[in-house]
Amino acid sequence: MFYREAGQFKTTYKADQAIFPIFQDRMAIAIYLLIAFVAIPVFGNDFFITSMMIPFLIFSLAAIGLNILVGYTGQISLGTGAFMGVGAYACYKLTTIFPDINIIVLIISSGFFSAVIGMLFGLPSLRIKGFYLVVTTLAAQFFLEWCFIRIPWLYNYNDSGAIEVPQREVFGIIATGASATPTTRYLIVLAIVVVMTWIASNIIHGRIGRAWMMIRDMDIAAELMGIRPLNAKLSAFAVSSFYCGVAGAMMVFFWLGAAEVESFDINHSFLILFMVVIGGLGSLVGSFLGAAFIWILPVILRAIPRTFGLDINAATIEHVNFMIIGGLIIFFLIVEPHGLARLWGLAKQKLRVWPFPY
Amino acid sequence: MFKKLIFGAVAVAMVSGAQVNNAYAEDTLYLPSLSYRTGPYAGGGVPIANGFSDYMTMLNERDGGIGGVKVVVEECETGYNSQKGVECYESTKSKNALVYNPMSTGITLQLVPKAPVDQIPVFSMGYGLSATAVGEKFPWGFNYPTTYWSQLSAILKYIDSKGGVKGKKIGYIYLDVGYGREPLPLLEKLSKSMGFSIARFPVAGKEMQNQSSHWLNVRKEKPDWMIMWGWGAMNSTAIKEAAKIRFPMDHFIGNWWAGADADLAPVGKIGKGYLAANFSGIGTDFPAIKDIFTHVLDAGKSTQTTDRDQVGDVLYNRAVANAVIVAEAIMAAQKSTGKKVINGADMRLGLETFNLSADRLKELGLEGFMAPIKASCKDHEGGGGIFVQQWNGSAWEKISEPISPETDVIRPLLEEAAAKYIADKPDWKTQTCS
Amino acid sequence: MELLKGIFQYPFEEMANGPAFLLQVLWEGFVAGTLYSLLALGFVLIFKASGVFNFAQGIMVVFAALSLVGFHAAGLPAYVSLFLALAVMGALAWTVERVVLRKLVNQPDLILFMATIGLSYFLIGFGEFIFGGEPKSMITEELGLPTGSSVIDIFDDIVILQHLDIAAALIAAILVIGLALFFSKTRIGRALRAVADDHQAALSVGISLNQIWAIVWFAAGIVALATGIMWGARSDVSFALQIVALKALPVLILGGFTSVPGAIIGGLIVGFSEKLFEVYWGGLLGGGVEGWFAYVVALIFLLFRPQGLFGEKIIERV
Repeated sequence: MFYREAGQFKTTYKADQAIFPIFQDRMAIAIYLLIAFVAIPVFGNDFFITSMMIPFLIFSLAAIGLNILVGYTGQISLGTGAFMGVGAYACYKLTTIFPDINIIVLIISSGFFSAVIGMLFGLPSLRIKGFYLVVTTLAAQFFLEWCFIRIPWLYNYNDSGAIEVPQREVFGIIATGASATPTTRYLIVLAIVVVMTWIASNIIHGRIGRAWMMIRDMDIAAELMGIRPLNAKLSAFAVSSFYCGVAGAMMVFFWLGAAEVESFDINHSFLILFMVVIGGLGSLVGSFLGAAFIWILPVILRAIPRTFGLDINAATIEHVNFMIIGGLIIFFLIVEPHGLARLWGLAKQKLRVWPFPY
Repeated sequence: MFKKLIFGAVAVAMVSGAQVNNAYAEDTLYLPSLSYRTGPYAGGGVPIANGFSDYMTMLNERDGGIGGVKVVVEECETGYNSQKGVECYESTKSKNALVYNPMSTGITLQLVPKAPVDQIPVFSMGYGLSATAVGEKFPWGFNYPTTYWSQLSAILKYIDSKGGVKGKKIGYIYLDVGYGREPLPLLEKLSKSMGFSIARFPVAGKEMQNQSSHWLNVRKEKPDWMIMWGWGAMNSTAIKEAAKIRFPMDHFIGNWWAGADADLAPVGKIGKGYLAANFSGIGTDFPAIKDIFTHVLDAGKSTQTTDRDQVGDVLYNRAVANAVIVAEAIMAAQKSTGKKVINGADMRLGLETFNLSADRLKELGLEGFMAPIKASCKDHEGGGGIFVQQWNGSAWEKISEPISPETDVIRPLLEEAAAKYIADKPDWKTQTCS
Repeated sequence: MELLKGIFQYPFEEMANGPAFLLQVLWEGFVAGTLYSLLALGFVLIFKASGVFNFAQGIMVVFAALSLVGFHAAGLPAYVSLFLALAVMGALAWTVERVVLRKLVNQPDLILFMATIGLSYFLIGFGEFIFGGEPKSMITEELGLPTGSSVIDIFDDIVILQHLDIAAALIAAILVIGLALFFSKTRIGRALRAVADDHQAALSVGISLNQIWAIVWFAAGIVALATGIMWGARSDVSFALQIVALKALPVLILGGFTSVPGAIIGGLIVGFSEKLFEVYWGGLLGGGVEGWFAYVVALIFLLFRPQGLFGEKIIERV
């Protein structure tokens, strides 16, 4: 009733090609942004912001990165954790070498380092695909993990082998380190994620994105139509790793505050792949939905017994949590293999014709 | 539908977050326990979590709490994962948490910078960041009774007392993460001053249970002694592999996280002779431990300890020692502030002023359970009291007197590390000790 | 120069000077190789029949071993526990087929792969819920597995052979031969190969896909139990064991995803090369290279022979 496009006429091709052609959609985006930028910082408490929203946004960005590779280009990767690590370690080194440069600039530029590494490990994709490619990305994962431990230069010869975030200011406000308020960190993360999502959306809807999708759908046909697989695949690896690298740098600088190699292990690669698949392959909205599902749901599940004062052992909760998450993943794959994004689309479709579906 | 679901979820989350904030009762001492009863390191995590909560339950049942105030221990499951650890920290810190015992070096590293901001001390007993021993630089970090560096020096002193260390080759097998790498700089330094050579054998976390090539390398290098910095499934695998290459067990010495009953029980008789460092009592032959039996286990008050044999286990007792120090610090804080219910800042003072003397230990029913500790502002490490224990095929036996570490060598190193740590943190608050 | 010598000269001198030690390294490589083969075999069985890359194989190893130890701890005799553990794996296979696979027929590979990861999450939670997270020791002696070791004096040095390792190699060989015979000589085995070739054609000649899948998962369960026993006896039975299963991936690349002999040869190649490299060359890189070495071997191998040693040539190449 409220959500329909009746009466909205498109008078230019530009309007027809808009990503959100419907007025209500644009309104919805504005409302989400308003909630994210105003309501949450004002009303959310520390726990909600630091343990749910910040990681959720960071993982969403990483999921967008991986989605570019898996969802849009059709190349499976299990090296996401390590590529995030490259970004984090690069940012850490950059800020030690250039302490006076704005940390946000450094976080973005650390993405370039992981883009280069990603391209390097993306090279085998020119010859192989499917599970065989998975193994080469696993090689990247394990080899990079080993580097993060074995090259002490990366963590400034720190005795603990961990990178510890120094305190940095952005426009006079403390942005990183333990003294930074959750709200500041949240707003920076949010701003970066929103801007980068917008850029990703433009890349995907542009020439490069279409080339990726052609490669995904049928590589031979794409080649015949003049898409170079080399360019398309490597650019996908580069952009994807760029996003993952930025997400990794943000993870350490704005969320964890200190990180060991353990923070970039194979489990994170799986976690983010889950987000992508559950959220929906080849969908930006899906990346957000997937990240919310995989990250926020367990936090809530853990909080539920506490909230209702049930006396259940922490361990039992964790076991049940694992079972529920595992079960839900299988359930979702069975019910909707196209992910939450598809359900989101279906819901919108339903809403469009509601309340008179016929 | 999904919009609704997501908003619903967010609402639940916000409500639960809000409730977390308001839930702490005014008249209790709230101690969060970051436990790990799941994941690959659960074998160590279970007895630790049980020991801590059982001792506190015992104080509640026997003495009505500490200073008349009940202690509330709330467990939060971390799975030994730093990210979940931080989540646990965030979800519990606003309930007037007194102190955090992260029970994991990774989580400690995350919490140390947060502690001064949130005004809650971090007490990593015998693990974590060694540099926190420097009280002037780390007002909020504690690692009584000893650091990894002190421990390494004590182990080397023990080796030295068994036929000298000069000119010998010492193998160091370690879990290749921050925890295992931390002693390396000191090992290098001591090798020069004490005149031994080192062979390193790093074991990646993934290879914990697949160590045959590491031990082939040991056989190739032929070290005279082996020192192990292991954790979890790595320990029992290493001991089995050592037995396979017929490495003399009485020349194989683990640190205090590589010498638990859980590590040696799967090994059994093969591990006879294996040595390990320790600083807390072995067995149940202490009045306070007996009190845990009468007031907690027999009274059915323990929610988690299902296996009575676990009491007296090395790690269980280590957690009891941890709980004893926390309880003493709370008492000291109550005494000096005059308040019954204290907060994190008071707790910090307590951790700097308590005095766990030999007499006090006897009073607590823990005579000889651990070395006396006199807390101070300057020294957040304390006396040490490391001794060596040996596996006799079915149980641990204490075989040495307490070995004091080379404090005069280690303290400057610790101070150097502490200065390095705070170098790029302009707002870091230090303190001056009189 | 010193580096080149470190790569091309010293290791070989070392080998020549310590032949007994070299034998020991090769033996360890062989044992590790058979264990990797066993791991890989579980993957191959399922991949061959259903095209599913079963990530849950690692947790199945843990789960099988835990059930075995758990039944024994409950007071049952060792062999009864073994039988019951097999029954558990059978029940698991049946459930997986009913609840997961049947519903996911015709989905893309990635979805099935993700479903098995979901399954492994579920099994981790379920396993810890029932058996607890503490590591347990394998009931090696109760199962009648040998525990001692023999020493061979050779070249002025000794080679130590663990009886358990010998047993592991024997059991692996028996399992492989048994499975090979099963697949080539029995009716079910032939049906299974038909399914592997073409699902629809197999369906049209009256082969029940569901039944075949359940059987294959059960066979993978048996292999998992054998792996769990062997690996559990070498270290202990804990949830950390599932990580070892990732080692099977490079083995699969080397041997091909669909070949049983490939899994064996691939496992042996990985076992041998890994031990030799770690012992003789690992020092150059500071040791601990085992974690990624096998993957790099697989990666290089991929560039030249993407279908693996024994894989079917129909592999999709770009």
